[in-house]
Amino acid sequence: MNAFARMALATLATRGVQAIIVAVIVGIVSFAMMQALPGDAAYRIAAGRYGYDMMDAASADAVRAELGLDQPTLVQLWAWLKTLAQFDLGTSAVYGTSVADEIASQLGYSLLLAAGAVVASLLIALPLGIASGLRPGGLLDSMSLAVSIFVRSIPAFALGIVLVLVFAVQLKLFPVAGFQGFSNLVLPSLTLGLGLAAVSNRVIRDAVVDAMSADWRLFARTKGLSARLTLTRHVLRNAALPVVTYIGVQLAYLIEGVVIVESVFAWPGIGHALVHAIFGRDIAMVQGTALVLGLTYVALNLCVDLACRGIDPRGRTA
Amino acid sequence: MLKTLNAAICIAFAVATNPLLAEPKTDVTIASPWEIASYDPTVSGSIVQSLQIMETLVDADAKGVLRPALATDWTVSEDGLTWTFTLREGVTFHDGSAFDAVAAVNALTRAWEQPGILQKAPITGISEQNGKVVITVATPFTALPSILTHSTTIIPAPAAFDADGNPIALIGTGPFSVTDFTPPQSVSMARFDGYWGDAPKLESATYLAASRAETRALLAESGDADLVFTLDASGYSHLQHVDTIETQAVPIPRAVLLKVNSEHPFFADARARQALSLATPRAGIAKAITRFPESAAGQLFPPALSNWHSADLAPLETDLDAAKALLAELGWMPGEDGVLTRDGERFSITLRTFPDRPELPLIATALQDTWREIGIELEVSVASYSEIPKGHQDGSLHVALFARNYGLTPDPIGTVMQDFANGGGDWGAMRWDNPEVTGAIQTIASTADPEIRAESIAEVAGILHQELPVIPVLWYQHTVSIDKGLDGVIIDPLQRSYGLSEMYWVE
Repeated sequence: MNAFARMALATLATRGVQAIIVAVIVGIVSFAMMQALPGDAAYRIAAGRYGYDMMDAASADAVRAELGLDQPTLVQLWAWLKTLAQFDLGTSAVYGTSVADEIASQLGYSLLLAAGAVVASLLIALPLGIASGLRPGGLLDSMSLAVSIFVRSIPAFALGIVLVLVFAVQLKLFPVAGFQGFSNLVLPSLTLGLGLAAVSNRVIRDAVVDAMSADWRLFARTKGLSARLTLTRHVLRNAALPVVTYIGVQLAYLIEGVVIVESVFAWPGIGHALVHAIFGRDIAMVQGTALVLGLTYVALNLCVDLACRGIDPRGRTA
Repeated sequence: MLKTLNAAICIAFAVATNPLLAEPKTDVTIASPWEIASYDPTVSGSIVQSLQIMETLVDADAKGVLRPALATDWTVSEDGLTWTFTLREGVTFHDGSAFDAVAAVNALTRAWEQPGILQKAPITGISEQNGKVVITVATPFTALPSILTHSTTIIPAPAAFDADGNPIALIGTGPFSVTDFTPPQSVSMARFDGYWGDAPKLESATYLAASRAETRALLAESGDADLVFTLDASGYSHLQHVDTIETQAVPIPRAVLLKVNSEHPFFADARARQALSLATPRAGIAKAITRFPESAAGQLFPPALSNWHSADLAPLETDLDAAKALLAELGWMPGEDGVLTRDGERFSITLRTFPDRPELPLIATALQDTWREIGIELEVSVASYSEIPKGHQDGSLHVALFARNYGLTPDPIGTVMQDFANGGGDWGAMRWDNPEVTGAIQTIASTADPEIRAESIAEVAGILHQELPVIPVLWYQHTVSIDKGLDGVIIDPLQRSYGLSEMYWVE
């Protein structure tokens, strides 16, 4: 077994233990938070189910009886943990559908959108960041700083509407909203990607600047490596570490933080669904989503760890 | 997957770049704000019905006149207690199974066991007899066929339920069958060739739930959606200037109301409620917030509810001086800060409303501002709408602002009974007991005689107009944008159908 494989295994084991701890903590905390929310859960669930034309006190009482919301909190917590231990996420209190099915579908759409956004952001940020970092203080660097600040300060909601107006309504290149095909992915990905690239191109630029001014780069040049080889073999590899870590953080943000973009583009993602579930006090749905998101973060961290270990040979012992 | 994507890109590209080669369209995309995330008729019934996937025993036209659907006719026994529905023959569900009385009885019984419209009727039993559906009631209830038009009474196929009776699929008898369902956003449908009625001209249709009004307006403008429902004021006025689409505002039997706690010492006297009504700037709200001046509510029942709307009632007016005079009669005197006081108590109240209908918080702040002028200190609480029935039940509610649909069923008597008989209901009068109104409502519910009904309706409407247990503010307009190439579009004021089976492309 080589050094990398051994380290990867150790990382896997650590993250595996972490996953179990996260599952238990998220399970209990999400339950406690749902209990702590103000307002009567039976009324909120009835409102989510029947809509305001049909919802009334009688329907709230029926929901309370059906879901056992009048039972003591500890009994409800025990019931939730028991189903959880059987890898069962239960059924949605509002829609009556399987929580696992809903999450699988929504998480899939969210991951697709998140991946699209990261790809879009990298396509913009990588060339821009590297070029700016190679000539810090140059014209491109100053301009990209100004544009980055400008783009970052536009709320995603407004940016999305502007992109739709230009690319969907005026140029008719892409559809406005929905998810019928690949073309639907472009505008929401670009909306999110632009916001991400505004920050990540600066992170990349700083990493490149640091790498360019490091002692080891001077050494590489002194030992006779060409500027190009120094860049591709040493500078980019070193600069990649903070960038990969940062992309990991961005992905985490994307999966749950894109509620408004999902709403604008009528995208059936998990962020939008989670917000609806919280409003509708859909207890099973919120708990299930929180759990799955928690575990997704652990998995993301694992991927980032492995990628960094792969890029950085230091710490590998023979 | 990749192949489908590629094909989609190619098709999209071909259509976008080559309009001359495009075939005449046979599909329609509808966008509306309402998400569909459940197979359960009690939760998603209204969308499933509007998309004509499932049908009810009784149907209603755009004027609210009942017509046969899955039941061809219905009769009631002489004592008015037993209703018999004869079912249409030769009807099949989308999965090929036959529609029969057992399927109908099972679906109706399930709906009856859940909170909803059937529980509000005095039903005592639903059964199958000789292939017919028989429904018994405890007291004569003439609105029963009308209630069986409601979306929660749609009849899914037996295969739409699992062994435990949980709904697991969208299978009905309607002219469109579901080909793809992505909750909560979209339903794709194809024409059902085995449909018992006239075949729709469209071959397929897609429903897209876009929760944001901005998105819906953009979907309409770009042509991505051919039919867009519920536009906000700015989107609607913008779309009026887009050449390719036609906009329509259809009055519907939904009203924005102020519900007042009639037991609260401030509002127990009808004059206090009249003062609030006089201080409600309906015209200003209609003009500035919904931008339909004709939507200012002169009485409770909207004109779209032709049997209940009365031309004889003088429209409610706005007159701040008259409002002040009425409050002064009741002993309210302005304090140092201008807020009215009586026996050392300030006229300080809380109004509950909710943001799901974006105009409601705006109307609430308009009221806050106007009521300050007559010395009422109003705090606005914007939260879940479930806080309103909750406050009704525990008595903590002062005033609430919401929208009430009197067109849930073509005959609104069921809703009126819940809202105004026997002291009121969650979405109607609060602790307002009026025996005359209760009696008249019971008469309307139990008689089919049009004259007696009209008389009693006039009595109810007159008393509500005078006593104001709820204060009408606005009548709703249903706003729609329609692609000009689409013909045969009928906008149903009762919002029971999107009219997919009737529409067709002319270009």
